Amino acid sequence: MTQEFKPTAAGLRLAYTLQLADNILILAHRLSEWCGHGPVLEQDIALTNTALDHLGGARSLYQYAAEQFNALPDAERTAFFTSPALQQALTAKGKAEEDDLAYLRDAWDFRNVLLAEQPNDDWAFTIARSFFMDAFHYFLYQSLKESPDETIAAVAEKSLKEVSYHLKWSSEWVIRLGDGTAESKEKMQTAFDERWPYAGEIFEASEADKAALAAGYGADLAIIKSLWQERVKSVLEEAGLNMPAETWMHRGGKECIHSEHLGYILAEMQFMQRAYPGMEW
Amino acid sequence: MDLQLPQVSAVYSWLAQVKDPELPVLSILDLGIVRGVNITENGELQVTITPTYSGCPAMDVIAMNIRMALAGRGFSKVDVQLQLRPAWTTDWMSEEGKKKLKTYGIAPPQRLSASAALGLFEEDESIVCPRCNATDTRLVSRHGATACKAMYQCNVCHEPFEHFKCH
Ligand SMILES: [Zn+2]
Repeated sequence: MTQEFKPTAAGLRLAYTLQLADNILILAHRLSEWCGHGPVLEQDIALTNTALDHLGGARSLYQYAAEQFNALPDAERTAFFTSPALQQALTAKGKAEEDDLAYLRDAWDFRNVLLAEQPNDDWAFTIARSFFMDAFHYFLYQSLKESPDETIAAVAEKSLKEVSYHLKWSSEWVIRLGDGTAESKEKMQTAFDERWPYAGEIFEASEADKAALAAGYGADLAIIKSLWQERVKSVLEEAGLNMPAETWMHRGGKECIHSEHLGYILAEMQFMQRAYPGMEW
Repeated sequence: MDLQLPQVSAVYSWLAQVKDPELPVLSILDLGIVRGVNITENGELQVTITPTYSGCPAMDVIAMNIRMALAGRGFSKVDVQLQLRPAWTTDWMSEEGKKKLKTYGIAPPQRLSASAALGLFEEDESIVCPRCNATDTRLVSRHGATACKAMYQCNVCHEPFEHFKCH
């Protein structure tokens, strides 16, 4: 979105939908990178199953986002995305579809939080990222399933059951590693300390978050933050780990400013559709 | 095709022939994913289904199989709608479906689903071995070959088996 452009209420709802969708698409991609590399088969499967749940949720949200985009006033539709490949496709087709949003946007049109795109690194880093994101989604969806926005509420209700499964899984791993050997404990603590500065952004309200809350279809991030902190604290305590110290937090993802990692993710994820536009298999 | 409109009940009996591609022993009615059938005045069919899991790759195949099954009955236009809400639950699986699963070697969901519960390190109580009916079984992995199943092993006959999770 260009800086001069003032988004309408419809444009802000679209931005909010994309925030929700981009978080789970990018997380799904990161988790699926473990496919075939998991430490044991059962955990490899756990991660890919989880990735698939996220991907399914993202599809529903991109379908909704495409509908919203197609209904925007002309001027806003032209200004909303600035990725050249997407603009070309829009000019050719006259409308956006779910896959266009996933495959033809460049990094500067993505609204996921920076935490979602952080690399897998080792198992502990993957678990730390999942645990933070799962706990967030668990409380977020609990709130959004009551949203007056029918589609957002339906996706939240559907995903909540799955996310509770994800959160159980990641919480158990935090406890298993924290309460395991000296080495596993140290690695888990390091991962939490390193990823912590990316957790703050989740609860910092973007323009879209503020508009969604004011219009009544979004979640109150202040409430979700306190529930999230309580949950994180209790699991870390049970794991014998320390809560990371208050520190400076990274931000930018929700406003489309990303770390270098997102570009690499998109290069891999979008390659096929960029090289062979519109291909199906 | 015949211009006489079919009864909704006839459509259901045709849908009973459509199987879950990943669990071919179950029909989509056994699975409890068919939410409704609607026949318009022009004889067009609308079938509404609920996905089991958000990312279940079988859903596209199921939608295609519904269209094909009904095309075989003379309906060229079948509109398959995906409805997310209310979210699918294993409580909607038919009793007959549960029996078929067990005969097929998969332990069916036993209890009512407790949605969004968060007890850590909990296991479903005594999942019954579909082979020898022993209740002395253990969870091997919460995740199986598809999102809907967990892996168990029987401590009596030692047979590994899948359990269709309560959801
Ligand atoms: Zn047995």
